[in-house]
Amino acid sequence: MATLPNMQEKLSLDTFVRGLWEENPVFVMLLGMCPVLAVTNSTMNAIAMGLATTFVLVASSTLISLLRSWIPKQVRIASYIVIIATFVTVVDYAIQAISLDLYNALGAFIQLIVANCVILGRAEAYASKQRLHTTLINSLGMGAGFTVALLALGSVREVLGSGTLLGFQVVPENFEPWVVMILPPGGFFVLGAWLLLFAWLKQRRERRLLEQEGASNAG
Amino acid sequence: MQGESLGFIFLNAAVVNNFVLALFLGICPFLGVSAKKDTAWNMGLATLFVMLVSSMAAYGINWVLGELDLMFLRLICYIAVIASAVQLVEMFVKKFSPSLFRSLGIFLPLITTNCAILGLALFQTAKEYDFIQSVVYATGAGAGFTLALMLMAGLREKLELAEVPSVSQGAAMSLMLAGLLSLAFMGFAGLGGSHG
Repeated sequence: MATLPNMQEKLSLDTFVRGLWEENPVFVMLLGMCPVLAVTNSTMNAIAMGLATTFVLVASSTLISLLRSWIPKQVRIASYIVIIATFVTVVDYAIQAISLDLYNALGAFIQLIVANCVILGRAEAYASKQRLHTTLINSLGMGAGFTVALLALGSVREVLGSGTLLGFQVVPENFEPWVVMILPPGGFFVLGAWLLLFAWLKQRRERRLLEQEGASNAG
Repeated sequence: MQGESLGFIFLNAAVVNNFVLALFLGICPFLGVSAKKDTAWNMGLATLFVMLVSSMAAYGINWVLGELDLMFLRLICYIAVIASAVQLVEMFVKKFSPSLFRSLGIFLPLITTNCAILGLALFQTAKEYDFIQSVVYATGAGAGFTLALMLMAGLREKLELAEVPSVSQGAAMSLMLAGLLSLAFMGFAGLGGSHG
């Protein structure tokens, strides 16, 4: 796929930070929701899933960026999928070898990283057009953003749902855990609550900007 | 698990362990195309069809790979088959209903990355269903997906007329709704059926 030289992004801090905040795959772009909701019933699962996804994301983006001039445009999606599936198979076997407990807890969702739209989206929208080092940094940022989002959900759900954080008791003994939080509905509710919080922050900032403009115009 | 009756498998996939609301599979199209009931219905049918095709293909592939002792290629083969099935549906829809093709938009090719379909193929392999059971399982899963999509679309159509605080418009509201639906579906958990 031929790319124009002026479309190449300059490497800057923004290349990394964008994935964490402005274009956070979960909270802003709402991509890859399935693992976000399914495996975040404990912090440990969330971290493992985040790291596994980050590895696949970085590895596949790097390879796709390297191969971008050799992959024909017509079969690019199929090629991306095959590349991603290869790395997922690697992760699948690796986690099985490292910790069988973790493997059982995450279940089919490790193999389902293949169908995570964050990864395919990155491949299509970024890695197929940009140079190697910007792709590497950008996908690292995206992976970090994804992990942070998983962590944000996982920790809240674990504290409220079972009263622990990473397996340690963090709330007083007399606190009755809200079991619903580690069940499926809890995932939807916690993610919804996070989105509400971000929407509220965004609105407040916009209102302040408007007020400031109004004040400077009047003055 | 040869002992499970076909009716049980169907009910289990469609309601008790609903793919969207209990297992969190296929959330992206669930949130993306559930704004209108017509679109939701057609998306559900398209997904059901792809599920059926890929479930049958996955059964065949699993057998072939088992004979050849190449199990580590399973994931790659499954996803390749799903991608081809989606391509087929896409060509079919484009030919016979261009208006539907436009209304489904980007979500039609994205059925490939609908984890409900890959999940279905993986689960039926893990549960060691035979051919008939796999087909019934796929039908149940597709029906459950369509059901969840239609429920969500109905609710969202009603909500458009309601006045909600501007902060909670959009994705946050949809997620809260999905949470309530999921809570309702937990009521079916007593009907039995193993997780997954």
